[in-house]
Amino acid sequence: MQFKTDSSPFVGSVSHLGGVMRQVLYALIPAIIVMSYFYGWGILINIILAMIIAVSFEAVSLWLRQRPIKAFLSDYSAIVTAVLFALTLPPLVPWWILMVGLFFAIVIAKHLYGGLGYNPFNPAMVGFAVLIVSFPLEMSQWLHPRWEEGNLPNLWESLQIVFKGTHELYSQDQWDSMTMATPLDDMKTELRSHYFSEIIITDSYGWVSGRAWEWVSIAYLCGGLWLLYQKIIPWRIPVALLSALTCIALIVNLWEPDQHQTSLFYLFSGATMLGAFFIATDPVSAATTPRGQLIYGACIGFFIYIIRTWGNYPDAVAFSVLIMNMSVPMIDYFTQPRVLGAKREKS
Amino acid sequence: MSLLTKSSFWTFHGGVHPECHKAMSTQRAIQTLPLPKQLIIPVQQHIGSPAELLVTVGDTVFKGQPIATMASQQLGATIHAPSSGTIEAIKKHNIPHPSALDGLCVVLRLDGDDDWGDYQPIAYADLDQYTNKQLLARIETAGLVGLGGAAFPSFVKLKNSSKKGIETLIINAAECEPYISCDDMLMRERADEIVKGLQVLLRLLQPTRCLIGIEDNKPEAIVAIKKATTPFDNVAVCAIPTLYPSGGEKQLIKILTNKEVPDGGIPFDIGMLCHNIATVYSLYNAVIKGEPLLSRVVTVTGDGVKQPQNIETLIGTPVSDLIKQAGGYTEKAQRLIMGGPMMGFTLPHDAIPVVKASNCFLIASVSALQQTKSPHALQAQMPCIRCGKCMVACPVNLLPQQLYWHTQAKDFEKVVAHHLSSCIECGCCDFVCPSHIPLVSYFRFAKSELRSQQLTLEKANISRERHEFQEFRRQREKEERAEKRLKHKAALQRKKASAKGKNPKADAIKAAMVRANAKKVARAAEAKANSVIKKNPQDEAKGES
Ligand code: SF4
Ligand code: SF4
Repeated sequence: MQFKTDSSPFVGSVSHLGGVMRQVLYALIPAIIVMSYFYGWGILINIILAMIIAVSFEAVSLWLRQRPIKAFLSDYSAIVTAVLFALTLPPLVPWWILMVGLFFAIVIAKHLYGGLGYNPFNPAMVGFAVLIVSFPLEMSQWLHPRWEEGNLPNLWESLQIVFKGTHELYSQDQWDSMTMATPLDDMKTELRSHYFSEIIITDSYGWVSGRAWEWVSIAYLCGGLWLLYQKIIPWRIPVALLSALTCIALIVNLWEPDQHQTSLFYLFSGATMLGAFFIATDPVSAATTPRGQLIYGACIGFFIYIIRTWGNYPDAVAFSVLIMNMSVPMIDYFTQPRVLGAKREKS
Repeated sequence: MSLLTKSSFWTFHGGVHPECHKAMSTQRAIQTLPLPKQLIIPVQQHIGSPAELLVTVGDTVFKGQPIATMASQQLGATIHAPSSGTIEAIKKHNIPHPSALDGLCVVLRLDGDDDWGDYQPIAYADLDQYTNKQLLARIETAGLVGLGGAAFPSFVKLKNSSKKGIETLIINAAECEPYISCDDMLMRERADEIVKGLQVLLRLLQPTRCLIGIEDNKPEAIVAIKKATTPFDNVAVCAIPTLYPSGGEKQLIKILTNKEVPDGGIPFDIGMLCHNIATVYSLYNAVIKGEPLLSRVVTVTGDGVKQPQNIETLIGTPVSDLIKQAGGYTEKAQRLIMGGPMMGFTLPHDAIPVVKASNCFLIASVSALQQTKSPHALQAQMPCIRCGKCMVACPVNLLPQQLYWHTQAKDFEKVVAHHLSSCIECGCCDFVCPSHIPLVSYFRFAKSELRSQQLTLEKANISRERHEFQEFRRQREKEERAEKRLKHKAALQRKKASAKGKNPKADAIKAAMVRANAKKVARAAEAKANSVIKKNPQDEAKGES
C-alpha cells in the first residue's frame, strides 16, 4: 500500500493566531466600558470608526500585495491595532484624524514593511505619534469627564461633532469650556508654579491621578492581569516597565521632594497601564528573549519618565515604545538564553 | 542513598504535553509474528558506515550467521541472518530512513526451519566466570545497537566507558513519544530479563548508582521494574513526570541528576552513560543467552490498523507483514510513520523492512494525529508574530522564532550564532506555534543548507589549496629554470674569460660606445638651441628624441 509522505511533527498546535488576538480584545473591554462611562459616545465612535477604517485599509493593502484577504483578516490583528489606536485618541476627534492616523498605522507602518510579523514598529503607536506631531491641538482636547460642567453630548450630537465639526453645535467658547487638558498635561504645567502636594488635593485630581484617569488605568490593569493569567502576554515586559518607572520616580522624588509627580501618579496617569500591558507587549515589535524583555520593558519605563518630565509632549508612551522598537534586534541578539549544556559564563 | 529514594526530580526547560494514545496498543500482550517468507535486511542499520557483505547470492545461511560485518576500526555493527534460508538477491531497496534514499539490502528467502545450524548460541549461566573482555566480545559479535532510535553501536559506547568507569548509569525508559509502547510492554512482561541485562551493564561499568527513568504514565511498568530491581541497592526506579521530550538523553539526565551534558558533548563527559531499556533487554539476549540481535519488539498502532499491538518481529520483516498481524488496515490509514508523531518520519509504502532502530510503526489518519481540541490544526501557515511560545517550549532553550526569522532570510551566519546545531528536532516549537509554522522543517532545511555550504567550502578549500600548490610549483620551476640559466651563463662567461685573456670584440664595442655618446651630446646641444627659438615643447621633445 502506498502512502503520502510529509515531515514531523505530525501533531499540530491547539492555539491559533486569531484566538490569541481575540483574547487581547476581550481584555480591553473593561477599559472601554469605564472610558465610555466617563466620556460618553465619543469613545465607542472612535473605536467603531477605527475598526471600519483599519479593516478597509488592511483589505486594500492585502489586495494590493496579493495576499489572501480572508485568512489575514481573520487573524484580528488589524482590529486589535484599530482598537488600541482608538483608545489613545481623545473622544470626538474629527473622523479624518482617524483616517490619517490609521493610514500611517496600517498602510505605512505595517504593510509597507511586509505585513503582520514584519513590522519593526508598533503600528498603533506610529499612527499616534504622527498625529500628535501633526495635530497637537486636536490630540490634546479631552472632554471633561462626566459629573463636571454639565452633560456629555448625546449620540446624535457626538456623530455630528465627529463628522461635521463642532461649530454647528457649539460656539468656540462653549466647546473650549467643555474640553480640558488631561491631568497629566495639566499637572506638568501646574508644577512650574506649585508643589505636587498642593496640586493633587485640588478637585479634579481624585485620589491619585485625576478623576476619570485613575479608573481607566485600573480597568487596563485588570485587563492586563487577565492577559497575564491567560499567558497571552509575557509578564516580564509590564513588570519591568512599571518597576522601572516607579523606581525612577521614587529616586527623583527623594532627590527633590514634592517638586515632581509621585510614582503612583505616574503609574495611574496617562497611558501608562495601557502601554505596559497592551502596547509594549505587542509581540511583533517587542523584544523576544526573556532577558531582552526585561531590558526592553525597563527602558520603556525609563523613557516614559524622561519624556514626560522633560519632553514637550503630553504623553510619552508612544515615543518610548517607538524608540525601543528600534533597539529590539540588537537587544535580542545579545540576550540569547543559555543553551542547555552551554558553559555558564558564556550565557 | 538519599538520592535513590527521592520522589521529586529536577526538570528541563520547556517541554510539551501531547496526547499520549498509548493505551491503544497495550491492550494485548506482546505477540510473536509467524515466520515471514522473505526478509529484506539492509546492510547499514546503525550510525557509522555500512557493513561489508560476507555472503553472495545463492548462499544458504543459518539463523544467527553473520551476513555482513564491519571492517576493523570502522564504526558500525555486525548484521546477522535472523532466520535460516537462502540469499535470493543483494540489491538496492527502500529502507526506513529519514533521507528516503535507497540502501543496499540482502534479500533472504526463509526455509521455514529457523535452523541455528553451526551458530547454536551458547548461554553464559554465571557472569562471574567470564572476563569483561569476553562479555564485551559477545556484545560486539551480537551486533547490538541502541534500540531507542539512534542505533549507535553499543559495543563502542561500552568499550570506552568500561575502561574508565562511570559514576552514574542512566537507563532511559521514559518513552515520551505519543503512541509508542514497546518499552512499556517489554518492562511489564520481561522485567526479569531486563534486570539480567542490567546486571551485565553494572558488572561492566561499575557505576556508583544506576537510575532508571520511566514516565509516570506507565504505572504497571514501574511496578514490574521496581519489583525486579529490589535486590540491587544501587539501582533506583525513578517515576518522572510525563513531559515530552523527557526521553531525550540530555533532558533525561537533567531530570534525574540536574546535571547538563556539555553542549556538543556526550554524557560520558560528565561521568554518565545512558542506555535505552530495550537495549538492556537485548543485552540479556546477547550476553546471557548468546543470541545475536535478530529481533525486536515493535509497536504497530494508530487508527489506521484494526488491532494495534506490540509485536516481536525479526529484523528485515516487511512492514506489510506486521500490518497483517495487526488485523490489516482500516479505511483511515493515510500516513505510515516510523517512530512517533513528534519525531518520526513517513514511509512511502509498506514493503519497507523493520530495522534495528524501528520502535514503532504508526498508521493513522491525518486528523487523528492532531490534538482533539485543535479545530484550527489544519489552518494555513501564518506569519510569525514573535509570541515566544516556541521559545518557552524548547527543551534546549533555543530561540526558534529567531532561528526561523534568520532561516527565512537565509542569513545562515546568524542561524549558526543562534545555535541551530543544538536543535534536537523534537518538534515542541512546532507543536505550540499559534501561527502553525512548520518550524522543524525550516530547521532541517537550514541544517542541510549549512552542511552543503560546509561541503562546498571544503571543496573550494581543497581546490584552492591545489591551485595554490600548482602556482607555487610553477613559480618554483620558473625560479629554478632562471637560476639554472643564470648559472649556465655565468659558467659560459667564465669559460670564455678564462679561454682568452683579452677580448678584441669588447674593445671594439667600447670604442663604438664612446663615439655614440659624443654624437648624443652634440645632438642635445643642437636641440637646446632649437627650443629657445620655437618654444614648442612637443617639438622640443621630438627634437630631443
Ligand atoms: S510560536 Fe510561532 S508565532 Fe510564536 S514566536 Fe514561535 S514561531 Fe513565531
Ligand atoms: S525542534 Fe529544535 S528549536 Fe524546536 S523545540 Fe525542539 S530543539 Fe527547540
